[in-house]
Amino acid sequence: MSTLEIKNLKVAVEGNEILHGVNLTINSGEIAGIMGRNGSGKSTLSKTIFGHPDYEVTEGDILFNGESILEMSTDQRANLGLFLGFQGPTAIEGVTLSNFIRSAMHAKNPEAKLENPIKFHRRLRKDLESMGLESSFLSRGVNENASGGERKKGEMIQMKYLNPTIAILDEIDSGLDIDALRTVAENIIRQREEGNTGFLLITHYNRLLTHTKPDVIHLMHQGKIVKTGGPELAVELEEKGYENLVREANN
Amino acid sequence: MESKDASERPDIEIDYKAGWADPENFTVATDRGLSEEVVREISKIKGEPEWMLEFRLKSLKLFEEFPTPKWAESAIEDIDFQQIRYYVRYSDKEEKTWDDVPDNIKETYEKLGIPEAERKFLGGVGAQYDSETVYHNLKKELAEQGVIFLSTDEGLKQYPEYFHKYFGKVIPPEDNKFAALNSAVWSGGSFIIVPKGVKVGVPLQAYFRINTQNVGQFERTLIIAEEGSDVHYIEGCTAPTYSSDSLHSAVVELVALEGARIRYSTIQNWSNNVYNLVTKRAFAYKNALVEWVDGNIGSKLTMKYPSIYLLGEGAKGEVMSIAYASNGQIQDTGAKIIHLAPRTHSKITAKSISRADGKTIYRGLIQVAPHAKQCVSNVICDALLLNEESKNDTFPYQEIHRDDATITHEATVGKISQDTLFYLMSRGIPENEALALICMGFFEPFAKEMPMEYAVELNRLIEIDMAEYGAIG
Ligand SMILES: Nc1ncnc2c1ncn2[C@@H]1O[C@H](COP(=O)(O)OP(=O)(O)O)[C@@H](O)[C@H]1O
Ligand SMILES: [Mg+2]
Repeated sequence: MSTLEIKNLKVAVEGNEILHGVNLTINSGEIAGIMGRNGSGKSTLSKTIFGHPDYEVTEGDILFNGESILEMSTDQRANLGLFLGFQGPTAIEGVTLSNFIRSAMHAKNPEAKLENPIKFHRRLRKDLESMGLESSFLSRGVNENASGGERKKGEMIQMKYLNPTIAILDEIDSGLDIDALRTVAENIIRQREEGNTGFLLITHYNRLLTHTKPDVIHLMHQGKIVKTGGPELAVELEEKGYENLVREANN
Repeated sequence: MESKDASERPDIEIDYKAGWADPENFTVATDRGLSEEVVREISKIKGEPEWMLEFRLKSLKLFEEFPTPKWAESAIEDIDFQQIRYYVRYSDKEEKTWDDVPDNIKETYEKLGIPEAERKFLGGVGAQYDSETVYHNLKKELAEQGVIFLSTDEGLKQYPEYFHKYFGKVIPPEDNKFAALNSAVWSGGSFIIVPKGVKVGVPLQAYFRINTQNVGQFERTLIIAEEGSDVHYIEGCTAPTYSSDSLHSAVVELVALEGARIRYSTIQNWSNNVYNLVTKRAFAYKNALVEWVDGNIGSKLTMKYPSIYLLGEGAKGEVMSIAYASNGQIQDTGAKIIHLAPRTHSKITAKSISRADGKTIYRGLIQVAPHAKQCVSNVICDALLLNEESKNDTFPYQEIHRDDATITHEATVGKISQDTLFYLMSRGIPENEALALICMGFFEPFAKEMPMEYAVELNRLIEIDMAEYGAIG
């Protein structure tokens, strides 16, 4: 089993502290959910885990299998088997998804012989289809002229090919219609079963969590985890709203 | 134009390293420096007709009289014209088959991957080793179609009538200092005639290579596409790395007669002590299409502005160019389109990347003559700067003498987006490779117009450069 541990993590952007001591553990094979209002620091947490240069760790640690990863570059962290599904994936002009994924697979495992590009392309096309993406997505640059929902589906495809140990999916459900949401949930479940991948699902909505049945749910508020519970926490949130739950938690 | 779906393109690995040098065992060479004697000697070695010698001598005089253009002065003041060897030849006759090519020259070509490339899909290979074409092979069916593909020296011997009609007519020696220099000492290059209505299905290719220190390479290319014909010509250029500078000053003249199409693709990767000062110009007659696809990766300084004179109604001209200026390099490139007839169209797409203290300059000219009604011209000019000290300048000139012309010009200068870099690296791709990917993505509109080997080669050159100079400062 692999573990990603966040210990008393404090993070600042341009001197302003945004995360005020976050504690969190993600195990491979498990699904954890994080809910929280806009601006509570969820994306900050996910980008800090990957060493985004804008976010400065002022205190605490991030450990993968007991070893600190804070000194590692973003690509090194990824190659430990970490994956980040972005809330807002950027477009990469002129770089095709197939080229992008192959470059990433090669970086992760430079010794392995790459699959024949034609075969690879065929396989990718099939996966795109089952994810509900048009094949034109393959001939453009990554995420170029793509809607929010299409970009999210693209993140799921990338995840599948990189087969991570731990995947953090930041609002993977936003911008998706109900059918697409179900497909994404199915893919998460399958990835957990087949790849023993552990997940941290950042979301606003109960629906993704209902589909994926997380083992644990965290409530984030103003840069801290204020409450942790089982799947029932998501239902409670839906009923009472963040405001009430946070007030209860603080009392 | 066949622009392939980029995602369909298999990634083929070609080990491209152009920076070796063969021993300098040339068989014939002139003394260093430029003089009437040298010009006479070149003409004599080639056994040229008297009129060509006179053309050369007149050009030499023009070269000597031409002042260096003010705007180029500081960039080229270091060139010592008397240190250059203007003519070098390696073997006595043009080789017809691969087996006849001398071994060390063959090795050079093998390093460049030419025989392999030829096996794949080349129509004809003409390779120029310094000044003389030593290997020239034209596939049978081309010959049967009546396509003429020769070195320019051989062309002059076999088809003097075309030379009287076209040689030095598109770019006369009076045009500029370096056109005059080339006209005085030219040697080699390609001569192509595509007969009326013939469509050449495969690209014709030539490699040019400088192998001798302080040698000048002054090839002269003339392509005539007769009415309704279609041809794609590709040249690649390399030079080994020497401690002293070399000069490459070519002249390329294209004539696209009514309804013809010429596409001329170049990728130059001269080592970074080569001055690359090239004049390229095309005449496009009625409904003709001329496309310059022009990639500049190497050289110390390149000054090159492929131009198209739209002479006949409905003619079209397109220039797609990229420039990559790494440490110590200046890529001063651009395009000129002169609309001289009604309803002519032009399009320029110029993309440049500057890295380390490299500098890219775009100079472009769009001219619309008073009688050229309803012309359309689009110019897109994008620059990417990788470092704080990398530079770009853009000089777009327009002389529009009509109100009914539709002229657009877009220019952008950007830096690498931190978010894009982070996105790539979050997938495990190291910074250097991520940067190379971003650069290749930026050049993609160009790369997809090039045959696959060239696109792969471009990719590798950028990767090597990234690895060499490390991450962005
Ligand atoms: N790069 C940044 N620069 C400045 N402020 C930032 C940056 N990233 C996040 N913040 C601030 O940090 C807080 C948390 O943002 P974020 O982590 O995106 O929240 P969430 O993902 O939970 O909606 C917000 O107040 C936001 O404005
Ligand atoms: Mg967020």
